[in-house]
Amino acid sequence: MNTTSAQVNRISTAPIPLLEVIGLTTEFHTAKGIVPANKNVSLGVERGKTLGIVGESGSGKSVLCRSILRLLPTPPAKIVNGEILFEGKDLLKLPEEDMRSIRGKDITMIFQDPMTCLNPVYRIGTQITESLRLVQHISASQAREISIDLLHQVGIPSPEKRVDNYPHQLSGGMRQRAMIAMAISSKPKLLLADEPTTALDVTIQDQILALMLDLQVQVGMSIILVSHDLGIVAETSDRVAVMYAGQVMEYAVTEAIFNQPRHPYTVGLLKSIPRMEGGDHRLIPIQGQPPNLLRLPKGCPFVDRCPVADPEVCANTPIELREIERGHYTACLFPEKVSA
Amino acid sequence: MSGIEISELAVSQKRTSNALNRIRLWPFTLKLGILIVSMVILAGICAPLLTHYDPIKGDYNDALAPPSLQHPFGTDSYGRDLFARTLYAARLDLQIGLITTYFPFLLGLIVGAIGGYFGGWIDNVLMRVVDVAIAFPFMVLIIVIMVILGPGVQNMYIAIFLLGWTMYARLARAEMLVVREQEYIQAAKALGYGHFRIIFRHAVPNILTSSIIFSMSDLVLNILLASSISFLGLGVQPPTPEWGAIITEGRDFLLQAWWISTLPGIAIIITGLGFSFIGDGLARMLGQRNIQLV
Amino acid sequence: MIPALLGITIVAFLFIKLLPGDPLQIMTMGKATPAMIAAERARLGLDRPIWVQYGLFLVSIFHGNLGSSIIMNAPVMDIILKRMSATLFLVGYGAVLGVLITMPLAFISVLKSDRPLDGGIRVGGMLFLGMPSFWLGLLFMLLFGLKLKLFPISGWGKDFSGHLYSLFLPAMVIGLALAPVLIQSLRESMLDIMQTDFVEVARAKGLSPGRVLLKHVFRNAIIPTITILSVKIGWMVSSAVVIETVFSIPGMGLLLVKSVLTRDYPVIQGLTLLFGIIVMVVNLVADLSYAIIDPRINYQ
Repeated sequence: MNTTSAQVNRISTAPIPLLEVIGLTTEFHTAKGIVPANKNVSLGVERGKTLGIVGESGSGKSVLCRSILRLLPTPPAKIVNGEILFEGKDLLKLPEEDMRSIRGKDITMIFQDPMTCLNPVYRIGTQITESLRLVQHISASQAREISIDLLHQVGIPSPEKRVDNYPHQLSGGMRQRAMIAMAISSKPKLLLADEPTTALDVTIQDQILALMLDLQVQVGMSIILVSHDLGIVAETSDRVAVMYAGQVMEYAVTEAIFNQPRHPYTVGLLKSIPRMEGGDHRLIPIQGQPPNLLRLPKGCPFVDRCPVADPEVCANTPIELREIERGHYTACLFPEKVSA
Repeated sequence: MSGIEISELAVSQKRTSNALNRIRLWPFTLKLGILIVSMVILAGICAPLLTHYDPIKGDYNDALAPPSLQHPFGTDSYGRDLFARTLYAARLDLQIGLITTYFPFLLGLIVGAIGGYFGGWIDNVLMRVVDVAIAFPFMVLIIVIMVILGPGVQNMYIAIFLLGWTMYARLARAEMLVVREQEYIQAAKALGYGHFRIIFRHAVPNILTSSIIFSMSDLVLNILLASSISFLGLGVQPPTPEWGAIITEGRDFLLQAWWISTLPGIAIIITGLGFSFIGDGLARMLGQRNIQLV
Repeated sequence: MIPALLGITIVAFLFIKLLPGDPLQIMTMGKATPAMIAAERARLGLDRPIWVQYGLFLVSIFHGNLGSSIIMNAPVMDIILKRMSATLFLVGYGAVLGVLITMPLAFISVLKSDRPLDGGIRVGGMLFLGMPSFWLGLLFMLLFGLKLKLFPISGWGKDFSGHLYSLFLPAMVIGLALAPVLIQSLRESMLDIMQTDFVEVARAKGLSPGRVLLKHVFRNAIIPTITILSVKIGWMVSSAVVIETVFSIPGMGLLLVKSVLTRDYPVIQGLTLLFGIIVMVVNLVADLSYAIIDPRINYQ
């Protein structure tokens, strides 16, 4: 069952993926030591599909997103290894000016907190078409029309009035819609969404997610959706990657993750979701403490909290993703011990 | 020595070395500033040791002499050694700085703490007064007050005191507004402590930080202010040596005897730099950013 | 604002009241007979209760009547108005120069943050903060005026370019004293803003670093700095008093010093009032410009 690392690092999904992350390893050099924010991360997303990345805080999912756009500040952060192939080109090797022409155009990103993501001193219409105007020759009034259209597309009522509003005049949900408008203005090929609904009211969350899926069809873009919420990921994603302590634990199509999980961490996550069905279900949390990223074991980072781990083997054997069924990858050394 | 005495000695030795270790950790600018200021203070105190010249009486034969080995700063129009005058002036200027800064500090702290704590009309009235005082051009008001009171150092103290407390009041009030919502204050209230006890024993020690840091730059500014007032002829009266007064005396001789107006300024700058460094170092150590150096 | 304005008038009013001695004796310099003084006292309403006098004072201010100069035999208002433009020009010029010095230095300080150049700028700032303005003025006068003969050392020139030339040195002194404070503030707020989410968003949009810095960081960072600038206006007008004395500029500051020396109390009173009003007006303008610059502010 053991494939060589070279083969393993190349994740095979049937059509050629739009974006492929291969063996990405990123370190943060801090005063307290070196933090392995991402270790040997491999995943990908195809055209028009959605990849959901699930993990707790500190799992490295946000760092991953920023690495794709090369937004990490490179004094503390350092990408040590790996490739990020976008339409076949390694983004990590691109000169900065080329990277800049991809940012905001082919690959765009929306962030978690809409309250702080908009510049308070400019009108939202201006901000939405800012990057567009830099690439194409559009007059101010044309840009305003485009902004109004986009605001309409994202479901903001009275867009002709809203386009001239300042961010503080919009609610959180509306600001996030404006951010989405900004992100789709260039009809991007890939949208990175880092916890887009976490800071919003539960009632608004659904609307935003539905909007994103709608737009995905309209624009024809791929989405990478990062969340700590399994439910959101389940609703929206075609494939799911489960991350823990900077590494990918399991990677498969959504249905497989939820119905045939092959990693104890995934199982633990699934068990800790409250369910609405009847019966006296106690919430079963994952035992143990969140990992200390400065002192990770040589082997599997989940070993301290894993119900089925072999302490000797699991703590000392470095883990990698292995394909155990077609298209279903796990990093667990003992996937056969995992039961849903 | 008995066993107890030996261990007490060991404990006190350890305390000293702990204290020294902690001083070692202080920010560099703090230590540099303290060093500079100490040197200025020493220069003032040891003036009679550092120079044998009299700062008040001069030798007319030696008037307006350029800097030389005998007279490092040259002499003024009365034949007085300028270096000596500058050294002796350090005493006065440092004294002026301390008095004009820390008395207003105290008053401002009290006023601001009371206003911030009680809020309501007390706070409103106090802050209106403070706003007017801060908005007004300082120099104009000082001059006006000194016209009423008459020239001289004492009156200068009064004038600066009357205006200087306002900034401290504002700083103390701002911090008090935050502190009064803290839990230890709520706890003290729940214990039934009287208002003034709460304000002065519990709140005030916690609102001191920004005022202390500000007082460093205020010190510098007050020394400059006093020098300016003396420069205008209103403050320190001749023949008392004060840095600003000395510089004024050199105005009429700017071309022939440039040293009179320029060299004493260096003393002001060094002193100012020293206190600024202390302020900067304190700010770093106490974790404050966004300190306005006025 | 109204209370502050009233506060200024009270201060100006009390000034004459607090002078030691009988104001009428002072005003007439002891040249009048007791009968004349009594008549003047009645005429000026000095025998009425103090709040009535204050009221009369306010009324006369409204009519632009600030009394008459003892020394110069002319209405105080006229004397001051003639001098006002020099002071305003000087302060404005100083502010402009200060801002011009601040901008490049603050940007360098941010871009090279925590490296030697930044440290150098900060120490330089502390140096200039500790520099008495009159001393720097004298130094400039000596060096650039007397020795190098590059600039005039007194007066303020006859026309606009003459003003720019004559007032360059004194305005530089004001600007150099203003710059350290502005640089520190601008640097701090720019560094703060660079950590915000919307700046990260701007970078994610593919904007060039220069554009991010200028359009997003700077535009937000300038707001607290403008606060400081408006606070320092009063201080700048203060230092104008000293600077005008050093450079013999015919402005309100020099007038104040001269009036003190000649004991021309009505002029001093009028200057107190007008200085206060000027600072108040400038602060008001600064407040209004806030509302323009920061859209989050609602004007009541």
